[in-house]
Amino acid sequence: MIEWLLGIFLAIGVFFNLLASVGILRFPDVYTRIHASTKCTTFGTIFIVLAAITYSIYNWRLDGNIRWIVLAIHSALVVIFLVLTNPVGAHAIGRAARKSDIRPYGAVIDELEGYYEL
Amino acid sequence: MIEGVFFYSALVVMIGAFLALLRVFFGPSVPDRVVGVDTLNTLVVAGMVLLGAAYDRTIYIDIAIVYALLSYIGTLAIAKYLQGGLR
Repeated sequence: MIEWLLGIFLAIGVFFNLLASVGILRFPDVYTRIHASTKCTTFGTIFIVLAAITYSIYNWRLDGNIRWIVLAIHSALVVIFLVLTNPVGAHAIGRAARKSDIRPYGAVIDELEGYYEL
Repeated sequence: MIEGVFFYSALVVMIGAFLALLRVFFGPSVPDRVVGVDTLNTLVVAGMVLLGAAYDRTIYIDIAIVYALLSYIGTLAIAKYLQGGLR
């Protein structure tokens, strides 16, 4: 049963991480690439860390060693920091790209037209 | 025997990191390359968590925490530079 749970978590996580890489190769401009990469990598890494936590709690139930709990807590810290910092970094890249005068590809309406006077 | 699936997952994540590296090489503009580096950072953090669980080492996951925070600082610094100084 633990093999199935780990397999499902790792399959979801790895699939979404791979989807982010395909997304930044296939999308036409920088904003859609940010859209693909930041959300897919954050979601996929959440599931990868969930698999690591499941694995360490299972091993802690087997032998009762405290270092498995340390591994689980530190993995949870990784995903907390990643969820807090990854969207802010993506926002900063998108804002910097728009300020350095890169137009969105095929935009119907652009409300920031002429907003950033360089 | 369960550890093997972590190694295979780390291998697939590294294939994804190679695809992100292609965007860093062939990106037509500078923000495209920054997006590639940002994706690469998150994929490396995911690979470090997978390898730390595979080798049962907590110290690898500590390095993943530090790498996540430092890559965030680096992305913010490059974005601040691209938008034309500290504004």
